[in-house]
Amino acid sequence: MNQSEESETQLRSGYENDPKGPLASIQLLSGEPRRKLDARFRWLCVTIAAISVLVLIGLLGSILLQGVPSLSLKLLTSGPEPDPSEAGIRPAIFGTLWVCSLCALFTLPIGVATAILLEEYQPRNRYGRFIYSVIQLNISNLAGVPSVVYGLLGLTAFVSMFGLFGSRTSQGGGGLEIGVRYYDQFFSEGMRSILVPVSDPSQSVSKPVDGMQGIDTSGNPVALKVISIGDPLPIGDELQYTLFDDAEAGRITKKSWYHFSLPLGRGVLTGALTLMLVILPVIIISSQEALRAVPSSLRDGALGLGSTPWQVVWHVTLPSAMPGILTGAILAMSRAIGETAPILIIAGIVYISRAPQNLMDDFTVMPLQIFNWISRPQEEFHSLAAAGIILLLGILLSFNALAVLIRQKLHKPLS
Amino acid sequence: MPDPTTLAQDAAIDLRPRDGRKTHFAHTRDQASEPTSLAIRVRDLNAWYGDFQALHSISLDIPANRVSALIGPSGCGKSTLLRWFNRMNDTIASAHARGAAHLGETDLLARSTDVVDLRRRIGIVFQRPNPFPKSIFDNVAFGPRMHMKLSRTELQEVVEWALRKAAVWDEVKDRLASPALGLSGGQQQRLCIARAIAVGPEVLLMDEPCSALDPASTLAVEDLIFELRRQYTIVIVTHNMQQAARCSDQTAFFYEGRLIEVGATTTVFTKPKQQQTEDYVSGKFG
Repeated sequence: MNQSEESETQLRSGYENDPKGPLASIQLLSGEPRRKLDARFRWLCVTIAAISVLVLIGLLGSILLQGVPSLSLKLLTSGPEPDPSEAGIRPAIFGTLWVCSLCALFTLPIGVATAILLEEYQPRNRYGRFIYSVIQLNISNLAGVPSVVYGLLGLTAFVSMFGLFGSRTSQGGGGLEIGVRYYDQFFSEGMRSILVPVSDPSQSVSKPVDGMQGIDTSGNPVALKVISIGDPLPIGDELQYTLFDDAEAGRITKKSWYHFSLPLGRGVLTGALTLMLVILPVIIISSQEALRAVPSSLRDGALGLGSTPWQVVWHVTLPSAMPGILTGAILAMSRAIGETAPILIIAGIVYISRAPQNLMDDFTVMPLQIFNWISRPQEEFHSLAAAGIILLLGILLSFNALAVLIRQKLHKPLS
Repeated sequence: MPDPTTLAQDAAIDLRPRDGRKTHFAHTRDQASEPTSLAIRVRDLNAWYGDFQALHSISLDIPANRVSALIGPSGCGKSTLLRWFNRMNDTIASAHARGAAHLGETDLLARSTDVVDLRRRIGIVFQRPNPFPKSIFDNVAFGPRMHMKLSRTELQEVVEWALRKAAVWDEVKDRLASPALGLSGGQQQRLCIARAIAVGPEVLLMDEPCSALDPASTLAVEDLIFELRRQYTIVIVTHNMQQAARCSDQTAFFYEGRLIEVGATTTVFTKPKQQQTEDYVSGKFG
């Protein structure tokens, strides 16, 4: 005890006259090991970066090798025919464009509005803050939920809508529908197609009745003549509207462009809404980050001039945050374009031969078509799938390029 | 009582008069001849951030069309008081205040007060110049566009008037469409003053308006304050003793959330009543 105190005093007095103080007697570390470690770390980083780039190049190279022979105009113009030499991806391209545009249309306003609420309209009291923190926690958690879970959610929330509006029957009807008409189609003995309008699609397909009103292929109203087996066939024009009484009809539907139904069913709209659920948390979080990055001095400046909170958001915060918000939106949309699992649950793997015609129309998307082709045994389909991947990457890159252009245009006049 | 000249030398205050000014103290020129009315009346104001009490029972009169300087060491509550005048403290969730503060008939502290209109009447200029990332013209037109219905020519007129008042017109008139962030710090700060003037405020609050500026820009902004002092009620928070002496008519000294002394600037700087004030203005602490 006593000794240590003594030595301390000794030390202190020892460097009293030296301007370097205690540092005078201390040896400096050699710089060599530090520099070596630095160089090693640098090499490690370069190697890892090179590996990731090489892997990417390898992937792209193999896709290009496999896919380029199948890249042709036919790929863009025809549907997924069973013959690989005839098959194309046109319906899926349109499906992807429809679903992703709709998805962006829904997600951007909702996501940005939520971010604005959470960042710019923070409550002052304790309960409000608690509610906000719960919402925030949920959004952060939702961003990490696997997308297939959203697919299942979409199935109950949008496809069947919890059964609130009834369910579809196999021949159509059920639920609420607008913009669709149902017909029973007969083929007359004169080989004419005659459509009989159906008033209640939940009823089973109608049986031929003499004098039944129908429409022929050119849209003229006609009355059906029904004969039994053994009756003489009429001659001339009358034959075209004559049916045997055991003739079978088929139910067909004519949907207009504004066709809409509840529950939403497995259409484009459901696909877009489900993808919205997948990317909404991502967009909200990235928009929040962008808003948070706006210096608060700008908000204060606008508030100090007598702006309402909304004017601050609209004229100052949002314009400044727009490039960041758009960057987040681009990333989220890239994810949406490539998303397969939720769409697989919503749309299933079905043969779709044409582009969607309305919001309720069945659809398929490019990743799903690619998935479908890859799962076939024939080599030709694998090549088609690779060509589809090239197309998908092309669409993705052009989307991103467009967004980058928009972002730069927005950013330029400001600073 | 210390001799004023010695005191000033001790505090390294520049007592040499500047161009066009008779003395180094702004108020001595015509203060005596003009009776002043009251702009802001503060009575027994207490303010808190959460549990921390930032202001203790402040009672203070801010005369109209005069420059009042709030001085004191960092954390003494002078900025807090300033930010309560136009309710900028509303943006801080934990800030609350009790007491009375009035601008004319308007209660500055009431929850029911229309803060949007209040902030139009009481403009504020911040420590760091904070022009919006917009053009010079749009910066000044920002306020008028929100509060007034103006034709294009009227708006141009207002913008030019405000920029002239803020003594920055000659420097920016040829590049009104270029970004405000391209201006120098001093120009930006005068632009912010123009932006505040453009909505027609009665009171201008300035929260250390020169602390982020170089000496030349500081001089320009001080000259501007000197020019504006008969048309606006100006309350300026400053750390710079010379600035308070040069620009203000009235000086209030704050220490640890309390108002220690308030009076005519000459009196506070040359014949302070309180020992603490004397120590502070003579540079013994702070």
